Amino acid sequence: MDEEKIPLWRDDRVLKVVGQVIAVIVFVTVMLILGSNIARNFQALGITFGFDFLGRAASFGIGDTPIPYTPSDSYGRAILVGLVNSLRVMILGIILATVVGITVGIARLSDNWLLRQIAGTYVELFRNTPLLLQLFCWYFAVFLNLPGDLQNPPRLPGPIFLTQRGVDMPWPSGTLQTWLSVAFLLVSAVLALIVWRRRVMVMVQRGESGRSLQLILIVIGVLALLALVFGLQWERPNLSDNAITGGLNLSPEFGAVLFGLVFYTAAFIAEVVRAGIQSVTKGQWEAARALGLQPGLAMRLVIFPQALRVMIPPLTSEYLNLAKNSSLAIAVGYADVYATSFTTSNQTGRTIEMILILMATYLAINLIISLGMNTFNRSVQLKER
Amino acid sequence: MTTTNPEPSALSAPPTAQISPVAWAKRNLFSDWSNTILTVVCLGAIAWLAYGLLNWIFTQAQWQVISANLRLFFVGRYPAQLMWRPWTVLGIIALSAGLTWGILARSTWLFNQTGLVVLGVIAAICVALAVPVSLNTSLLLLAILGVSVAAAFAGQRIGQRFPTLVSWLPLIWLGIFFVVFGLIRGGLFLQEVRLDDLSGLLLTLLTAIVSIVLSFPLGVLLALGRQSNLPVVRWMSIGFIEIIRGLPLITILFMSSLLVPLVLPPNVRIDRVVRAIAGLTLFSAAYLAENVRGGLQSIPRGQSEAAKALGLSAPLVTVLIILPQALKAVIPTIVGQFISLFKDTSLLAIVGFAELLGISQSILSNPNFLGRYQEVYAFDTVIYFCCCYAMALASRRLERQLGTGQR
Repeated sequence: MDEEKIPLWRDDRVLKVVGQVIAVIVFVTVMLILGSNIARNFQALGITFGFDFLGRAASFGIGDTPIPYTPSDSYGRAILVGLVNSLRVMILGIILATVVGITVGIARLSDNWLLRQIAGTYVELFRNTPLLLQLFCWYFAVFLNLPGDLQNPPRLPGPIFLTQRGVDMPWPSGTLQTWLSVAFLLVSAVLALIVWRRRVMVMVQRGESGRSLQLILIVIGVLALLALVFGLQWERPNLSDNAITGGLNLSPEFGAVLFGLVFYTAAFIAEVVRAGIQSVTKGQWEAARALGLQPGLAMRLVIFPQALRVMIPPLTSEYLNLAKNSSLAIAVGYADVYATSFTTSNQTGRTIEMILILMATYLAINLIISLGMNTFNRSVQLKER
Repeated sequence: MTTTNPEPSALSAPPTAQISPVAWAKRNLFSDWSNTILTVVCLGAIAWLAYGLLNWIFTQAQWQVISANLRLFFVGRYPAQLMWRPWTVLGIIALSAGLTWGILARSTWLFNQTGLVVLGVIAAICVALAVPVSLNTSLLLLAILGVSVAAAFAGQRIGQRFPTLVSWLPLIWLGIFFVVFGLIRGGLFLQEVRLDDLSGLLLTLLTAIVSIVLSFPLGVLLALGRQSNLPVVRWMSIGFIEIIRGLPLITILFMSSLLVPLVLPPNVRIDRVVRAIAGLTLFSAAYLAENVRGGLQSIPRGQSEAAKALGLSAPLVTVLIILPQALKAVIPTIVGQFISLFKDTSLLAIVGFAELLGISQSILSNPNFLGRYQEVYAFDTVIYFCCCYAMALASRRLERQLGTGQR
C-alpha cells in the first residue's frame, strides 16, 4: 500500500487544530468588541467600574429584616440582608417541599383509587401552571385576602393567627435559658444518634436485645421533649386591642414565597419520588412481604432506600430549581438577594457590578447544594467491591 | 393471578378482567379498614373543596372582569382596526392544524372517543361565549372550528394520496410560522405593528414559540459541542451551559434588558421583545443541551463505530445515525423543557412586559376591577394549564407513535 499524501485541507488532524484556533479567535474577537463597547459606553455615561459603592448608604427600606438593618446602612449590608432572606426561604423551602413531595409521591402510588386521583390532580395542576402565577395567587388571592381587622382573626391552635400582616406564631423568646435549652437539645440529639448506632450494632453483631440502650434512648427523648416544651420559653402571640404582640411574625410576602415555592417544587418532587419507587422491581416488594414485613415497614426498610439511589440526582436538580426560583420573590415584594441587588443597581447604575455579584452568589449557592447532594449521593450508592 | 391461556399467542392482548362496580369499589376503595378511613377522609375533602369552588364560581365570583377584558387577555393592545389579522391568523392555524391532523391520522379513525369529547367541549365553549361576548364572535369561532374539522377530513384524503407529505410537515409548519408572523407584525403593504407593542396571550405565544424554535437547534449544537473531542469547543460549551444553568432566569432577563444595551455600540438599538426572546432562548438552550446530552450518552458506541465502518464521514454519522436515535430517546424531557419554557415566559411580567400575566396585573390595577384577583388568576390558570397540558398530551402521543423504548 503506497502512502498517498493527504492534502492539508482534508487532513483530519490539521482541520481539528485549525477549527479550534478559529473558534478561539472568534471568541476573543467578540469579547474584545463587546469589551470596547462597554468601555466606550461607560465613558459616554460617565461611570467607572468598581465595588466602592457597596460602602455607601443604601437609603432604601427593607420589609423583612432577619438581621438588624436600617436605611442608613450600606448597600453591602442591604445585599447581605437580602442574602439571609434568600437563604431563609431556600432552606425552609427545601425541607418542606421534600416532606410534601414525598408524601404526595407515595400517595400517587397508594392502593386507594381516590387518593391516587387527588394526588395526580394536584401534581398536574401545579406542574402545568407557571410558578409566578402561583406566587401571585398566594400573595394577592390568599394572604392579602385574609381579614385585615384584628378584632377576631382566624386562629389556629397554638395559638397561630392568620391576618393580613402575615402569620403570627409562638417562638422561643431568646433568653439565656432558651439558648441553654437549644444547646441541650443539640447535645441530646448527638447523644441519641450515638446510642442508636450502638444499639443497632449490638443487635446485629452480637444478637443481644439492646433493651438497656433502648431505655437510655427513651430517657434522652423524654428529657429533650421537656426541654423543648418548657425550656425554650415559648413566647405566644397575644391578641390585645387591634394589635398582635409577641411571638414570631412571618410577613405575607415571606409566606407567599415560601408556600408558592414549596407547593410548586413538591409537585415535581412527587414525580421524582414516584418514578424512583416504580423503578424498584416488583420482586423486592414481594420478597419483603414474604419475609413478613408490614407494608409500611417494607416501604421504609426495603423499597425506599433502593428508590433513593435513583431519586437523588433528579432531586438535586429540583433543589437547585427551588433555589433559583426563589429569585421570583421580587414579584411579591419580598426582599431577597435578587430584589435588593436590583434596587441597588437601579439606584447606583452599577449594572455590571451587581450582575457579577448576583452571578457569584447564585453560582456559589448552587455549588453548595450540588456538593452537599453529591456527598449524600455517594453515601447511599451501592458499595461495590 | 395465575391464569393459564389455552392457546398463547404473542399478538393477542392480555384478557381484561371485567369486574362489577361493587367489586371494583371494594378492591380500590374499601379493601381494609385503613383504606376505608382514607376513602372517607378523601371524600370529605373533595366534597368540601367542590362545594367551596362551585359556590365561589356561581355565587361569589364576579366574572365581568373577564368578559369585559377578553380582548385584552388574548391580543392585548393590538390596534382595534387591525383585529382582522389575529382572526385570520387563528383561521390559518386552525386550517393547517386540521390538515395536519388529517394527514397524521390518514390510516386510522379521525376522531376517537376522547377526540370527539374534546371537540364537543370546544364547540360548547364557542357557543357559550355568545352570552358574555357577542353572537358574532361565537359564530366566527364556530366557523373556524368547522373549517378545522373539514380540513381534517380533507387532510385524511390528501394524506392517503401523498403519504410522503408527512416528512414535509415540519418544514410546512415553519413556512406557516413565517406567514403568521408576517401577518401579526405587518410590513410590506400591511400597516406595521411594532413588536414592543404586542401584549396579552399573543405576546406569550409569540415569545414562547420563537424561543422554542430557536432554542432547539442551539441546544442540540451545544450538546454536540459538549461531547466533541475538540477541547476548545468542549470547554466553551461546558462553560456556557454550566453558567447559564447556575443562574435564575430572571437574572438572565435582567441582563438582556440592561446589559445588552451596554455591550452594543451606542447607535445599535434592539427591540425589547427581541432581547427578551434572546434571553429565553439562551436559557432554554442550556437546559435542552443537557437533555440532549442524556440522549447522546444513551446511544451505544457500536452505532457510531458501525456507521464509521460503513464509510460515513463524522458529520454524517452524527446527523444520520446518532442524532435521530438520541433525540427520539429524550422526547419526553425535551417537551418537558418546552413546557417549562412556556411557563417561564410569565417571568417577562417582572421585567415589564404585558404578556398574559403582565396584562392581568395591569387589568387588576384598573380601579373598576380592584381586588378581583381570584377571578383573573383562575382564568390565567385555566389558559396556562390548557396550553401546557395539551403539550404534555401531544408529547405522550408522539412518544407512542415513534415507539420510544422499543428497540
